[in-house]
Amino acid sequence: MKPIREFFSGLKSLFIGMGITLRQFFKPTITLQYPHESLKMPKRFRGHIELVRDQETGRPLCYACTLCQKACPSDCIMLEGAKMEGEKKKSVTKYVLDFTKCSLCGACVEVCPDDCIQFSNQYNLACLSKDEYLVELFKMLEDESRSDGFPPWPKPPAPGVADNKAAPASARSGPPSATTPVQNPGTPRPATEKPEEKPS
Amino acid sequence: MSLPEPFRLAAFVLGILSFVGLNAAYLVWVEPNGAGRFQRRPGPTEAGPAGLLQPIADALKLMSKQLIVPPGVDATLFRTAPVLVMIPALVGLAVIPFSEKLVALDVNFGLLLVFALGSINVIAVMLAAWSSRNKYAIIAAARVVSQNIAYEIPMLLVVITVILSSGTLNLNEIVRQQEGWFWNWNAFKVWVNPLAPFTFLIFFTCMLAETNRAPFDMAEAESELVAGAYTEYSSMGFGVFFMAEYANILLGCAIGTVLFLGGWQSPIGMFSGAIWFLLKMYFLVFTVVWIRWTFPRTQFYGLLNLSWKILIPVSLFTLLLSSAMLKLL
Repeated sequence: MKPIREFFSGLKSLFIGMGITLRQFFKPTITLQYPHESLKMPKRFRGHIELVRDQETGRPLCYACTLCQKACPSDCIMLEGAKMEGEKKKSVTKYVLDFTKCSLCGACVEVCPDDCIQFSNQYNLACLSKDEYLVELFKMLEDESRSDGFPPWPKPPAPGVADNKAAPASARSGPPSATTPVQNPGTPRPATEKPEEKPS
Repeated sequence: MSLPEPFRLAAFVLGILSFVGLNAAYLVWVEPNGAGRFQRRPGPTEAGPAGLLQPIADALKLMSKQLIVPPGVDATLFRTAPVLVMIPALVGLAVIPFSEKLVALDVNFGLLLVFALGSINVIAVMLAAWSSRNKYAIIAAARVVSQNIAYEIPMLLVVITVILSSGTLNLNEIVRQQEGWFWNWNAFKVWVNPLAPFTFLIFFTCMLAETNRAPFDMAEAESELVAGAYTEYSSMGFGVFFMAEYANILLGCAIGTVLFLGGWQSPIGMFSGAIWFLLKMYFLVFTVVWIRWTFPRTQFYGLLNLSWKILIPVSLFTLLLSSAMLKLL
């Protein structure tokens, strides 16, 4: 009797299996046609960093305190700031992330005193050349603000006379302390440290 | 439809050639699409609308490649095998009644012709494997032969039960006897043969094994034997084997439809015609794809056990039972 019972239970299991696959057949597909469409990353996805926008003016919140630059273990952040005309606070004028070196550790986001940088949702990050990995975060935000209809941002005073010039350690020529003045986070710089040539 | 004989012949030759060719090509499209849907993917979508140009692209790619005949192979047999493998499907469809009138060759020995020519498929795969001079191909050849011997027996036994009850080898006549509602189909005629549904299941299982389809694709078994019998084939040589697989499935499903599912008879007893035949045949083809993407490949001894320990005894029993029923009733 046992082999016959086994035969029928085996036969039944075949039909059950076919039923399961048929049910899957009529369900909608779940494929994402990747190059044509891509997934939206969740809010807490930790992509490369990006500058946070001031929701009213569309300008970056960052005031170029350079703490993130110092916190970066692999020297991949390069930023410059300047005082805009008629403003007390400095604001960032250039923010470049060298993504070839970035390990997405998040130390910069952690250290930022006013949450001026955050993780982006970017993950399509394949490039054809090394230069393309120098992500111009400032320009990206500027373009984004412009396309969102914010007024054009004030231009920095003049090239070469920026308030605070900072470059990654690897790009520095002199001793590090000479080119990167230390600054208290969150407070405007004392006037004494400003360069001689003031913006007209 | 009373064309003069030479024109009728030419029309049917052309018709069957294009029917087999188009079906083989587009079953190659159905397979990945079915596979995709069973795994909740869309399948090929890039070549043409819904990937419909995919078989043409595949064929062009295969034709643009070199047909390599490796040194040391038996060149004649190596080249003959792909030609032979298409024969059963091409000739077999000549006797298949698509509708009452639409049959190329309405002969009294139709069923015999199909099964006699059907064995050429096995010989072709065996020749291909043998002439390749490749260890994987040789293993595949051994498997193909033992598998096909094992499954030819139960298949013919269940076909004999059908022949016993219908008393003819003429396929059109067999279909005509299944007239009426669907319970008159041979697969459901339990008052003639109480095990009728089982005979159909046995036939279908054997058909899968004869056409070397999953879960019985021992001849190809890509995870064990590279490409089995087709390891050394390139270009259109491989393409022909690939198409022949689908052409033979088509033939197997056509025979299954004719013998067990009432051929061109409609399930409700009226409006019979070729459309019903095609619907049933393509349903069987779909089932073949469905089975492939449901069950994993059996092991070889499992395959032989299934045939010798289950299918052959059961089909012998159904044969005895149906002949006893014929005598008693």
